[in-house]
Amino acid sequence: MHALSELPVGTAGVVDSLELPDAVQHHLMHMGFVPEARVVVVRRAPAGDPTVYSIDGFEIALRRETARSIVVRTTTEEI
Amino acid sequence: MSSCCGTETIDFTKEQARTAGKLQTVALIGPPNSGKSTLFNRLTGLRQKVANYPGVTVEQHTGRMKGIGRADLLLVDLPGIYSLDSYSEDARVTVDVLNGEMPGTPKPDAVLLVLDSLHLRRQLMLAAPVLALGLPTLVLLNMSDLMESRGGEVDTLALAQELGTPVAKISAAKGVGMDAIVQFLQRKSGEAEAQQLGAQTQPLELPVVGNARSYRQWATGISSRTRYKAPLSSDWTRRIDSVLLHRVWGPLGFLMVVFAVFQVVFTIGNPLSDGLGNVLYALGDFVGRFLGHGWLESFVIDGVWRGVASVLVFLPQILLLFLFIGILEDSGYLARAALIADRFMKTIGLNGKAFIPLLSAYACAIPAIMATRTIENKRDRFATILVAPFMTCSARLPIYLLIIAAFVPREPVLGGILGLQAVAMVGLYVLGFVAAVLTARLLKSSILKASSTPFILELPQYRMPTVRALTLRLYDRGKLFTKKTGTIILGATVVLWVLANLPFHAALGESVIGRLGHFIEPAIAPLGFNWKIGIGILSSIVAREVIVGTLGTLYGADPATQALHLQAALRHDLTLGGAMALLVFFAFAMQCTSTIAIVRRETNSWRWPALQFAYMSALAYFGALATNQLIMHFLR
Repeated sequence: MHALSELPVGTAGVVDSLELPDAVQHHLMHMGFVPEARVVVVRRAPAGDPTVYSIDGFEIALRRETARSIVVRTTTEEI
Repeated sequence: MSSCCGTETIDFTKEQARTAGKLQTVALIGPPNSGKSTLFNRLTGLRQKVANYPGVTVEQHTGRMKGIGRADLLLVDLPGIYSLDSYSEDARVTVDVLNGEMPGTPKPDAVLLVLDSLHLRRQLMLAAPVLALGLPTLVLLNMSDLMESRGGEVDTLALAQELGTPVAKISAAKGVGMDAIVQFLQRKSGEAEAQQLGAQTQPLELPVVGNARSYRQWATGISSRTRYKAPLSSDWTRRIDSVLLHRVWGPLGFLMVVFAVFQVVFTIGNPLSDGLGNVLYALGDFVGRFLGHGWLESFVIDGVWRGVASVLVFLPQILLLFLFIGILEDSGYLARAALIADRFMKTIGLNGKAFIPLLSAYACAIPAIMATRTIENKRDRFATILVAPFMTCSARLPIYLLIIAAFVPREPVLGGILGLQAVAMVGLYVLGFVAAVLTARLLKSSILKASSTPFILELPQYRMPTVRALTLRLYDRGKLFTKKTGTIILGATVVLWVLANLPFHAALGESVIGRLGHFIEPAIAPLGFNWKIGIGILSSIVAREVIVGTLGTLYGADPATQALHLQAALRHDLTLGGAMALLVFFAFAMQCTSTIAIVRRETNSWRWPALQFAYMSALAYFGALATNQLIMHFLR
């Protein structure tokens, strides 16, 4: 188990749980961050934060402070 | 989020019977980036009405469905949302409209649900709560041409069965599949008139309302049962991003965009504005000749025409800015710019989406404040609106140029690279920026603290902006600007003209406004201002550039032809401290009724513009006071 923010660019993980306030959690789930969804770390913004994640074919940028509260399992597969 | 994820059965035969009646209003709903606006434009033609929903800051677009020959039907475009049960203002408005509880908007008789077929699995999540409302619904799978050309598939018949409502593949951008909408609406009109009770009485399995996880499972289940195969994502968006979000090229490209915005506003917008101004003033003078030299001419030309013209001259700059913002937004670059700027904006307590509005505020705060609509978080949006007028807008330039030319010597500094006058100008720009940054920090750590929604930004695929969409946007914004602010300006100028001309035949110093100037003189004397400057400040509450004209009149000189005389008069009448204080005053003060009006409009309350005006005026007063006192102290 890792925080999503800890995954290096180019790796993938599977969402396990979200530990965020209800409203935010809800919003993120509707944007695709639901348990068992596969998320890929695409790239970091030039300043190192936020980070762009790919989930469900969408690219969504989150700040480190938000990604820290998303728990993921790492997958061994390479992308 | 730990509640059960099962489904509940909703039988909505009764619901449909209740809504039966003549088909009049159709609602258009869909998630962000589903191509909803494109479809709206296609269905309504270019004729649409933009207003705000009462009581909220959400924009309402309505139009007659002329694009498909159904001018009898009203199409209501609802805000792009991910779900009906999120806590956003957009979602609340959508629910109210769909339930017929929004004052001024009739309850929709039918719903067109637009989903992006490239990402159907996620987009289907919105279908559950929309279908649960029980309104006759047509599900439109948009961009289906793209989906199929990239190897995607979906069984629309199976999907229609699963959803218990008709489904059609369309391409809003190319106008494919519009006949399906026509047929659906015709059938619904017929059904409604025949009072037919919905044929599909079979109950529909819908997920538990308000549970994102159960929506998700429901949507995934339907996707697999309808054999949905997601298309391969086009990789050129990622390829472009690998340059535009590159560690080195990304920020460089970003700076070039920033530079281009400035360049457009100053090198193209300014001459256009000046040209328009000349035309408008010449037109006024021409008409004035037929009005004689009495009070009528003075009222119509000096009072009404010049006041309105002084605002209209900003139209070219505003349209150019919106063209720019439109291209950036429609192409998808705006989201990338927000991503790049976010790190810096975070340090001042705002988020990346505030960057472009603040940048446009260098031209004019009005389009900037209108552009804050891209910021979803209300507190961040209000903070951006409140600090935007600190950015050095073009209306400050006339007074800056006048005072600097009169009081700052033409001396080279930095070995002749820059002139002292240019340094003073840059200094004023920096001053406004610093005030904006500090105010943003102050606001975000006090009254607008604790944003509940963090920075979540969807990066859309790059798209080519269409001329059609850009034209519509410019038309919308231009109309809004001339109508809303024009009326306010008109009212204010009329009031000012009356104050300056009462009692009849009195010299300006003896008029109501002149006496007001004398009355406030003791309050502004410590700032180094005399009563004439006082009148200038009072009259420029309408618009900053008005002060130059007022001072011109007061010093008995025409500012356009005898600027030198005005400069000399000011040098004679003002101390260096007073002149510098005047610059600081204008850097901070909110001397612009149009901005006040637009803030009122965008925040939907008089509270925010009142607070903003009080804060900026106080800052201007004490800033000017400190400047004058410091200079007096050091020159003594």
